[in-house]
Amino acid sequence: MTLRPMPAAAPRVGATGIIAALLEQRTGQQLAPNRSWRLDATLKPLLRERGLADFDELVGALLGARDPSLADAVVEALLNQETSFFRDAGVLEQVVEAAAAMPNEGGRLRIWSAGCSTGQEPLSLAMLFAERGGDMPDIQATDVSNGALVRARAGRYSQFEVQRGLPIRRLMQWFDPVGEDWVAKSDLVDRIRYRRLNLASDPVLPGRFDIILCRNVLLYFNAGMRAKVLDALSCALRPGGLLVLGAGETVIGQTDRLEPSRDWRGFYAIAEPARRTA
Amino acid sequence: MKSCLVVDDSKVIRKVARHILEGLSFEVREAADGREALDACLDSPPDVVLLDWNMPVMSGMDFLRALRETAIPDKPKVVFCTTENGIAYIRAAIEAGADEYVMKPFDRETLQSKLQIVGMA
Ligand SMILES: C[S@@+](CC[C@H](N)C(=O)[O-])C[C@H]1O[C@@H](n2cnc3c(N)ncnc32)[C@H](O)[C@@H]1O
Repeated sequence: MTLRPMPAAAPRVGATGIIAALLEQRTGQQLAPNRSWRLDATLKPLLRERGLADFDELVGALLGARDPSLADAVVEALLNQETSFFRDAGVLEQVVEAAAAMPNEGGRLRIWSAGCSTGQEPLSLAMLFAERGGDMPDIQATDVSNGALVRARAGRYSQFEVQRGLPIRRLMQWFDPVGEDWVAKSDLVDRIRYRRLNLASDPVLPGRFDIILCRNVLLYFNAGMRAKVLDALSCALRPGGLLVLGAGETVIGQTDRLEPSRDWRGFYAIAEPARRTA
Repeated sequence: MKSCLVVDDSKVIRKVARHILEGLSFEVREAADGREALDACLDSPPDVVLLDWNMPVMSGMDFLRALRETAIPDKPKVVFCTTENGIAYIRAAIEAGADEYVMKPFDRETLQSKLQIVGMA
C-alpha cells in the first residue's frame, strides 16, 4: 500500500507529520497531543523489530512503500486501545436497563459495540445481560485494529487486565485461569460476533440496531470526520434506538441527526425531524 | 477521609500500599499480622482492610473469621491482597466473606479499581 498525498488537514511537517498523516488517513484518528511527544517511545519496539535505525529511516521505508505491512504496523502501534472491564459501570448498567425497557417486536435486540478494542466492553455487556437472564441480545463488536480483534476473539487477559473494573465474583464466574492469564468462558465469548470495521471509511454494519456504543473512539477524530461517523451511526439506529458515547463525549454541536434521549440520561436518540428542520 | 488498615507482614509491601493509598486520599494505618489487625479494628474500625493471607501469629483468613465474630457494628470492607492467586484460595476468601480480592503484584490502578468496586474510592 502506498501513501496517498498528505491530507491538507495535517499541518505538521517532517517525520512526525508524515506519521500523523498516515494514522489519520487510515483511521480518522489525529495523533493525540500526549502521543506525539512519545512517538519515539511508542514506535521503538517496531523500529527494533523491523531493523530500522531511527525515525527517519522508518519514514523513508514508509514513503518507499517497500513493505506494505509496515504502514499497518505503524498504525496499529499508534492506536490508543485503552479500555477496561465495566468502564463507567453505571453507563453499562443503564444500557441493560434501557434494553429491557425496549419493545420486544419478536426478534432479539441488536447491540453494536463500535471501537470495541480488546473486547472488555462487549464482554462486560454480555456478563450483565447473562446475569439479568432472559433473551441474550445479538451483540456485534467491531474495531479497526486487527491486533485488538485477535485478542478479543481469544478472550484472554492478563492478571492486570482482569483487575481493572472486574469484580472478583465475576472473574470467578466467567473466567478460567490459564497459565498466568485468565480466559473468558467460551459461552460468554461466543455470544459476541467480532468483525473488523473502520468507522472512518467502511459502511456501517447492515441492519438496524437498538443500541450502539461508540465510546472513547471519536475523541481524536477531526470535527468533519466525527460528524460523518455520527451521522452514519444514526442511520444504523432503528427508530427509538439509542447511541451511547464515552463519558465527556457529546453529539451536541456535531450533528443535527441526534439529540439527547429524553428517557435515558447521557444517551442519544435520533432527532425528531421537526426539530431537525426547525 | 476514608481510612484503610494495611495488614501485611512485609514492611516493603505496607510501604508501597501506604504510598498508593495516601495518593488516593486514604488515612492509612498498618498492622503486621492478623492479631494486630484485630486489635486495631476493635480499637477503631477502619472503612476498609487490605489483607495479606500468609502472616505469622494470625493469618488473613483467621483474622477475617474473627472479625465477623466481633460486635463491631459497621464492619469494614475486606479486600484480600495476596500472592495466593489460585481459584481455590479466591473461592475460600469469598466464602469467608471477603468483599474483593487483589492478586499480587498490584499497582495503583489495581488498588484504585478494587476500592472503587467496594464503594471506597
Ligand atoms: C480508547 S479505545 C476504547 C475502547 C472501548 N470502546 C472503551 O470505551 O473502553 C478506542 C478504540 O477505537 C478503535 N478505533 C480507532 N479508530 C477507529 C476507526 N476509524 N474505526 C474503528 N475503530 C477505531 C481503536 O483501535 C481502539 O480499539
